[in-house]
Amino acid sequence: MKNRFLPCSRNAISAMALLASLVMLGGCFGDDENWNGKDISGLMPELAFELTGTSGDTVTAEQTDGNIRLLFFGFTSCPDICPATIQKLSRAVKDLPAEMRADTQIVFVSVDPQRDTPERIDSYVSFFSDRAIGLTGEEPALRELSKRYRTTFGYDEPDAEGNYNVSHSGAVYVFDREGKARLLIRPELSVEDIRTDLVALAEES
Amino acid sequence: MSALDYLVPYDFSPLTILSFVLVLALYGYGLVRMPADDRPGSGRILVFVVGVMLCYGVMQTRFDYYSQYMFFVHRGQHLILHHLGPILIALSNPLPVMRFLYSLINPGVRRALIPLGWIYRFLQHPAIASFLFVGLIYFWLWPPIHFDAMLSRDLYWIMNWSMLLDGMLFWWLIFDPRSPVISDALGYGKRILLLALVAIPQMILGATIVFSRGMVYDVYEVCGRAWPMPPETDQLLGGLLTWIPPAMMSILGILIILRRAMREDGKVSPYNEKLKASHS
Repeated sequence: MKNRFLPCSRNAISAMALLASLVMLGGCFGDDENWNGKDISGLMPELAFELTGTSGDTVTAEQTDGNIRLLFFGFTSCPDICPATIQKLSRAVKDLPAEMRADTQIVFVSVDPQRDTPERIDSYVSFFSDRAIGLTGEEPALRELSKRYRTTFGYDEPDAEGNYNVSHSGAVYVFDREGKARLLIRPELSVEDIRTDLVALAEES
Repeated sequence: MSALDYLVPYDFSPLTILSFVLVLALYGYGLVRMPADDRPGSGRILVFVVGVMLCYGVMQTRFDYYSQYMFFVHRGQHLILHHLGPILIALSNPLPVMRFLYSLINPGVRRALIPLGWIYRFLQHPAIASFLFVGLIYFWLWPPIHFDAMLSRDLYWIMNWSMLLDGMLFWWLIFDPRSPVISDALGYGKRILLLALVAIPQMILGATIVFSRGMVYDVYEVCGRAWPMPPETDQLLGGLLTWIPPAMMSILGILIILRRAMREDGKVSPYNEKLKASHS
């Protein structure tokens, strides 16, 4: 009665299970290209957004196509992470060969539209780099974009002066010229490492 | 946010909603149509529905949002998908309902379902079932895999569904309501052994996370947390949730099986033809 439908013995099944597990584990050690950042090809959808630019007009992802884009979330009152990130990115971009530099764009998305007016964002990004653009939008549009890239942001309670902290992703998402998600740059990556990745990406296409 | 906002899915998945609706609808249909003698009591129905709704709740409400952006909430989500929900569903013993529904399927379709039976029996081999149960926890918590799973929407859904389905398979094997004396259900001794065996690697993994000095799962750091909480606290809580409740559930499972085994001691004989006829 037992194992009526089993086509093979228990030992054979155990052997098959072992084999199956090895195959499964084998999948974890795939050959990665040697990026310094984290390769996110195929993990995330291609770049898409419709936000407000620093001159108050609508900016879409398509308008920035053809550039390698370094997207990250922040806010201009950010005390540490955002200035550090944008400065690191601008230094990485600054020393690129001229033609690569012209094709690389830093995209700063402010998730604090309450305080960050287009003018304020404009003076913030242009202070750091001429290859940077600043964007923001209504909260739902920002929520949608952050959700698309599996991140989130939140606001702390304002203090007596009305200042509040904003929690947001510390990562930079790198998209290639076609808008495909390619790399995720963790905050601890050095300027040189970022530059190496950008050069490799630019030489690819 | 209003109460309604907490109930709507953060990441709407039509397939998930359809699956849950289908399960509840089939269960309900079976309950209404089946002979009253076999029908489970209201307590068992309640346990079944609570088990199903718990799994639904962690997948298709605001809870899912917190699971995506807090490590410890994510561990809580898997505790429900892989342990608590399936345990409740298995303990509610929906077997009579399933038998009744199966009897409605026409013989041609039933024949086509036979290969599914083979796969089921393969997966329910005790060695494979316990390997899968522990292996999946380790697989999805392997830091590079975990990182990818939290970044990719597709992988995230595969992760949660694989945990739920595997949880159902494992706990159904453990709490199979049929007596091993008169059916081909797994023996009580083996069930207890499996429960003890799967607890150990889970405890080791949980303790490893708890006692890690550095950040093991930095994806939550990279992608932002749902609310500002020190990363160490998040990881510590997540580790504790991986360590203690699963171990407790194994012990609880062992006690339930022991109770069942002790009740059956001397009562059921393999030669009792009448019982055999009524159970198989």
